[in-house]
Amino acid sequence: MPVIDEHERNRTLAGAVAKVEKRRAVSDELLRDFLREMLLIRRFEERVEDRFRAGDLPGFLHVAIGQEAVAVGVCQAMEDGDVFASTHRAHGHTLARGTHPNAVMAELYGKVEGCCHGYGGSMHLYDVERGNYGANAVIGGGLPAVVGAGLAFKLRDEPRVAVAFFGDGATNIGTFHESLNLGQLWKTKTVFVCENNHWAESTPGWQHSPVWDDMSKRALAYDMKSSKVDGQDVGAVYEAAREALEHARSGDGPVFLDVETVRMHGHYIGDPQVYRTKESRDEAAHDDPIEHLRDRLGVADDEFEALDGEVRGLVDAAVEFAKAGTDPQPEDALKNVYS
Amino acid sequence: MTEITYREAVRDALAAAMRDDDDVFVMGEDIAEMGGSMGVTQGLLDEFGPERVRNTPISEMAIVGAGIGAAMAGMRPVVEIMYEDFLTLSLEQIVNQAAKHRYMSGGQLKVPLTIRTQGGAGWSPGAQHAQQLEAWLVHVPGLKVAFPSTPEDVRGILWSAIYDDNPVIVFEHRLLYPVKGEVPDKIEAIPLGSARTLREGSDVTVIATGPLVHRSLEAAARAEDDGISVEVIDPRTLQPLDESALVESVKKTNRVVVAHEAVTRMGFGAEVAAVLQYKAFDWLDAPIERVGAKFAPLAFAPVMEQFVVPNADDVLAAIKRTVGK
Repeated sequence: MPVIDEHERNRTLAGAVAKVEKRRAVSDELLRDFLREMLLIRRFEERVEDRFRAGDLPGFLHVAIGQEAVAVGVCQAMEDGDVFASTHRAHGHTLARGTHPNAVMAELYGKVEGCCHGYGGSMHLYDVERGNYGANAVIGGGLPAVVGAGLAFKLRDEPRVAVAFFGDGATNIGTFHESLNLGQLWKTKTVFVCENNHWAESTPGWQHSPVWDDMSKRALAYDMKSSKVDGQDVGAVYEAAREALEHARSGDGPVFLDVETVRMHGHYIGDPQVYRTKESRDEAAHDDPIEHLRDRLGVADDEFEALDGEVRGLVDAAVEFAKAGTDPQPEDALKNVYS
Repeated sequence: MTEITYREAVRDALAAAMRDDDDVFVMGEDIAEMGGSMGVTQGLLDEFGPERVRNTPISEMAIVGAGIGAAMAGMRPVVEIMYEDFLTLSLEQIVNQAAKHRYMSGGQLKVPLTIRTQGGAGWSPGAQHAQQLEAWLVHVPGLKVAFPSTPEDVRGILWSAIYDDNPVIVFEHRLLYPVKGEVPDKIEAIPLGSARTLREGSDVTVIATGPLVHRSLEAAARAEDDGISVEVIDPRTLQPLDESALVESVKKTNRVVVAHEAVTRMGFGAEVAAVLQYKAFDWLDAPIERVGAKFAPLAFAPVMEQFVVPNADDVLAAIKRTVGK
């Protein structure tokens, strides 16, 4: 029976890969939009690193340089009304879902004009109007709520999906397992996106998980549909995310995407990465999703420079906007505790 | 007025809210066919069906966390944590997530989630099924905490909790479920943050929660035989706390006993004592007495359990100490 075929096929990596290859190609026009988005995120985060080192930015910051294709591929596949929960590495997801760079940068500067008015910061970016239900600084902390939101969409019969971003490091914590179990049991309108960069802070995948090289096996344990996706190929991410979202939206249950990606920089800004070999860093530097996409599209130097100049301008403007922003009043700290 | 049990009062509020509003639903362990381990949700499955009366896996983080997500998405879920001892498993979700989404988002989100749980000693379950942990949650900004002691109060407060836009944890007590009391024919919302005076008196104020409300009323009746007039106040919600009602009573009686079943050390009584010594210092004629469990886990053997948990005798002794008798 076809139903069983589909079910069984998704149990194996070979099946998942075969399915990816069958997907129709994403248009070059769309990919050019994605290139711009990814470049904006890259330049934004490079500037965040720079401003943190200059002492402009308070707090504890993490960039996702090297993982831009995951943020853009998934967020561009989402529809209006869809919601998501992010992680401590949230700048890319937030920008890719359409929050203005000014609002994100102002938040990192702790300004009233920030997307959380200075209450959240880098690890707690929210933009509810655009479906951002919050970046979470507790590993796995946002997963149960994504199941709950997906349950609400199901109970209210709404064509909406809730998406969870998390890293491979989160696959060992209880909320991950409880969330996959409950989501699949109740067939909530949920998509789980594992950004598998093979690092849990400084601990490599092989030291933290017996299935580190194929996290989709985790989904099999919960009888959940899963796919392994090349996270350095934005087109592949977009296609896999579209398919997963449609599956969840139709009420057929959650999908788990094991998106293999690369963390080109350290765990946090300033991380000396004493735990990582030079070879590992060099390898990561050569697996740049922006370079891959540029090659694929055949973007000439002058065209790329023009694009780069445009997004750098946006980032410059964001920094100026943030610096000119308003500091909250100290006593504003007592607001928003209760509704 | 009608007489119903505390258990029926909880069920009444749940059922009425579910009839009133499609966005209200309940989920928890064994709450559907079995009707909950305390029988509170019996009959709800028949009336509302399995979509709105949801049996869950034994999975406290996901139960609370799914409630948070459904609440953020606009529903008003009521989740049940079978024993408050098991609430400890979901504390990450309660403390880091439910309590903070509104704040961290700068006011963009709200989390209208109600968490019902129960506990309490007096039936020898041992150390992992009878703790009283309500004070833990009062320490977390962003949460509201209720501990109603009568059928009327639990019904009206649960109603308010469901329609509150913040996460509210409602503590029930196992020994209170069969307690009967008069309730209005129609549910009347009781504002969170309003104390109730159950007995008026002029010599000593006893501020009590949960089962200690009933034990304090018994102690007050016995104190009257000794010529001591005791006022008994139940704050009903620990956060927000109706400080002015407590302060006004103390200004009248000049003596205070705080009584709860939870361990005395760092308990809710410590906070009440701190508030009163600051806001009513000039009116106090005696040290504030605290009555609570002794500093030990709950033992299995009934004689040891009863030794640790405070009873009416303990409250009476504390009352007498405040008046020097």
